[in-house]
Amino acid sequence: MSKMPPAARGLRSFSRLLRIAPPNRADMIAFLLLAAAAVLLVRGAQGIVQPLSQLRIQPVALDPWNLPGYALRTTLRMFAALGASIVFTLVVATLAARSRRAGQIIVPALDILQSVPILGFLTFTVTFFMGLFPGRQLGVELAAIFAIFTSQAWNMAFSFYQSLRSVPSDLEEVSRGFALSPVRRFLRLDLPFGTPALVWNAMMSMSGGWFFVVASEAITVGNTTVNLPGIGSWLAIAIEHRDFTAVGWAVAAMAVVILLYDQLVFRPVVAWADRFRFEQTASNDRPRSWAYDLFRRTRLLPLLFAPVTGLGRLLLALDRPRARSASPRRALLGPRAVDLLWTGLISAAVLFAVWTILTYVSHTLNWHDALHVLGLACLTMVRVLVLIALASLVWVPIGVWIGLRPKWAERLQPVAQFLAAFPANVLFPFAVMAIVHWDLSPGIWLSPLMILGTQWYILFNVIAGASAIPTDLREAAGMFGVRGFQWWRRVALPGVFPYYVTGALTASGGSWNASIVAEAVSWGHERLRAPGLGAFIADATAAGDYPRVALGIATMSLFVILFNRLLWKPLYGFAERRLRLA
Amino acid sequence: MATTVARRPLVQVDALRHYYGAAARRGKPVIEDVNLTLYEGEIVGLLGRSGSGKSTLLRSIAGLITPDEGDVRFVSDPDRDTPDIAMVFQTFALFPWLTVLQNVELGLEARKVPAQERRDRALAAIDLIGLDGFENAYPKELSGGMRQRVGLARAIVVDPALLLLDEPFSALDVLTAETLRTDLLDLWFEGRMPIKSMLIVTHNIEEAVLMCDRILVFSSNPGRVAAEIRVDLPQPRDRLDPAFRAMVDDIYARMTARPSPVPVREGLFPGLGIAMVLPRVSTNSLAGLMEEVDASAFDGKASLADLADELQLEVDELLPMAETLQLLRFADLGGADLKLTPAARRYASADVDARKALFAQALLAHVPLAQHIRRILDERASHIAPARRFRDELEDHMSPEYADETLRTVILWGRYAEIFAYDEDSDQFSLEDPA
Repeated sequence: MSKMPPAARGLRSFSRLLRIAPPNRADMIAFLLLAAAAVLLVRGAQGIVQPLSQLRIQPVALDPWNLPGYALRTTLRMFAALGASIVFTLVVATLAARSRRAGQIIVPALDILQSVPILGFLTFTVTFFMGLFPGRQLGVELAAIFAIFTSQAWNMAFSFYQSLRSVPSDLEEVSRGFALSPVRRFLRLDLPFGTPALVWNAMMSMSGGWFFVVASEAITVGNTTVNLPGIGSWLAIAIEHRDFTAVGWAVAAMAVVILLYDQLVFRPVVAWADRFRFEQTASNDRPRSWAYDLFRRTRLLPLLFAPVTGLGRLLLALDRPRARSASPRRALLGPRAVDLLWTGLISAAVLFAVWTILTYVSHTLNWHDALHVLGLACLTMVRVLVLIALASLVWVPIGVWIGLRPKWAERLQPVAQFLAAFPANVLFPFAVMAIVHWDLSPGIWLSPLMILGTQWYILFNVIAGASAIPTDLREAAGMFGVRGFQWWRRVALPGVFPYYVTGALTASGGSWNASIVAEAVSWGHERLRAPGLGAFIADATAAGDYPRVALGIATMSLFVILFNRLLWKPLYGFAERRLRLA
Repeated sequence: MATTVARRPLVQVDALRHYYGAAARRGKPVIEDVNLTLYEGEIVGLLGRSGSGKSTLLRSIAGLITPDEGDVRFVSDPDRDTPDIAMVFQTFALFPWLTVLQNVELGLEARKVPAQERRDRALAAIDLIGLDGFENAYPKELSGGMRQRVGLARAIVVDPALLLLDEPFSALDVLTAETLRTDLLDLWFEGRMPIKSMLIVTHNIEEAVLMCDRILVFSSNPGRVAAEIRVDLPQPRDRLDPAFRAMVDDIYARMTARPSPVPVREGLFPGLGIAMVLPRVSTNSLAGLMEEVDASAFDGKASLADLADELQLEVDELLPMAETLQLLRFADLGGADLKLTPAARRYASADVDARKALFAQALLAHVPLAQHIRRILDERASHIAPARRFRDELEDHMSPEYADETLRTVILWGRYAEIFAYDEDSDQFSLEDPA
């Protein structure tokens, strides 16, 4: 390359841009895939703009031929929400990291919003969005998308914020030394550095999102019931009609959709994002994806991403170079007065919020209600604790066993991730039938549903932890004949503990959330209820009783936050301090 | 170079002072009263141990830090408006998602140099630094030496008047570092770089003597210029040249010199009594050093430069060890020589228990903090004291980081000497053995 005269170099890159070379076979396949995706996108989007009455004329019908269309609509909702979440993340997290004052509000807000039960939101958002576009499907669509958005955006934004805060100081100094403008710095340093964590978080959020898309399509708030075309509505109607086959179809459709988006979207993105991982040595086990390899071999890919790269270029072109000042800005901290004013404003807003909430809730509720809800919350808490403990007893040994066998881990890790992504609420009807059939107590037997979808987080984190136990430690343990209980206590459990805590934290948060749909389920006219906070919120939502919904959500948020602060954070700290393998 | 008449000054640093932490809660200064003028055509070395504020000075000149007090002034040049500065980092600081070429182009890109010119200049710099063929490689595919070449190319491509180097070779192995050093000096003396002056931070004395026309030796806590040494040896310099050796020895002597003529032997470490900052030196290293000097090759007395060579240690590692021995009265540091005391020679030939006893004696006699902890434990009926208590006491005299380090060190030494026990979970000192 260095032997080439500069002019030839320029020419070569120019020809690469124009793609003068004839398309290859990979191009064909990729083109077909992309064209199909475009057609599907248009088809799916057509329904969104139709009036709401159309839903009454053409209700969701349990015809398997309709199912692909419904699955498509559901998937599009997911990706619309994901897109919104990414935009939200890039804007809000960057703002929080760049501005100290904005960070003071945004960071704690994100931290709390991560713990708020999303399903409880539906009540408020549906009314809001339907009011925004009266008589159109768009309003309800937006409400559903917003519900998914709320399940994804907070932790994505939080993770990106943390990435931005942990940008390596030497790279930051290079950027400042060369006086990169804010835009350039963001595109060259912050965004690439944050990408791997953001992609990973988006993937995890997507998993959670499926759960909520199913719950948010068939929306009943007070007297209003809307069934948006989608797998969630299909399922709701199937349950209403006690149609066992239709539920089976929904499960199958869900499985296919999750498999497809995993293979076609997330694996390629993860493989691509690997280049941004901040490491100075190339690692051997890089994530692979056949779809990514296929697209990489095509010459279409740059064209496809031209709008994105074009936006980046445009931003850079509009960006003015700054004269390098000999002394950097001295006034990073504003004058004290501004700080004081800012703190005053925040305090005033907080006080106003507290006052508003108190007056609203106290109009209709009294202390008795509060105590009642606290009691219910304790019931749900007992369930969560017992279930996490049971799931740990089952999955930790299995996860360790799998993790120590690389062949198995390689094969089962994706399965566990798939199971975590699978919306467990699709499976609820089976549980209900079983409970009805054997006449079991709902108070006890509905509980496992809460952890049905979230237990996998424990499993795949433990697998990851067990695979990460260094071989030399295992060999040493083997040589000294450490086995049985001693082996678990001294080798396996300490080794997987940091990973286990991460998994259990996610599982417990998810279980709280799931209680809203798991504590009150139905099968046709069969309605099963397990007394608890989740059932309370579900009932209040169905009755359109806003003060009670608010009370329930607030209580649940409080419990989740306290749970995180008092149980998981200390455990996490302990794991970081004592058990992290340096 | 040093003989150039009427040299033009490039950068002037006046009365620089910078504090730890935010300016609001003033702790101890990192760096104090530093004055420095950099002239065109010279390589200046900043030599000192870690925490002596060398990096702070470098970053103040680079404009990465705004010093709390004092002034960094660039003497204007009729040819250009402000002299450009570029920096080379110890950790290379390459963007792992950019190729070698893109990394080198970064600074030009930020200045909106047109694409074609940018590419030509970057390729020229890559050529110059000996990286051709690697333009499209990612940093993670390169060895450490190659990466630092990218770092150098990225710095010189923007035509800086002043090149700042922050321990540029200390993350490399000895051979690679030597090659890179030689290559950089060749480029400098052949005038193939547009650079007018270089400022290099190092804690390798030989490197400083090898490269620099002028060396500023920093004392630590707070960082001050303790000495300025002019190196007039002709280039290329030879490590085995007696004049070279003499200069290295001289710098060792200056770096261990007591800051004040007051005959306090603790004076080497900043602070007195329990406020003394203790360096993190392991008892194994101390034992190893005593054994080495006690052995027949040195027979109780060794020059620090020889020791550093023999043990493959940087000044930064050797000096704290030597000074700890002096603090414990196991050694005398006179000039550039380390001479073991009779106690140390006894220690070197003793068995484990006797060694511990000797160490405990020295610790209780000469380290006030160890004395203090032991006294408190003896006085209390329970023989238990929370570590927080001592940490708070230390923080009255030093920054929290130093307090933490000092406490860790005294725990390490105390545990070895078995004069007290410490339990991390409860963060408590006690007199009991876990047995």
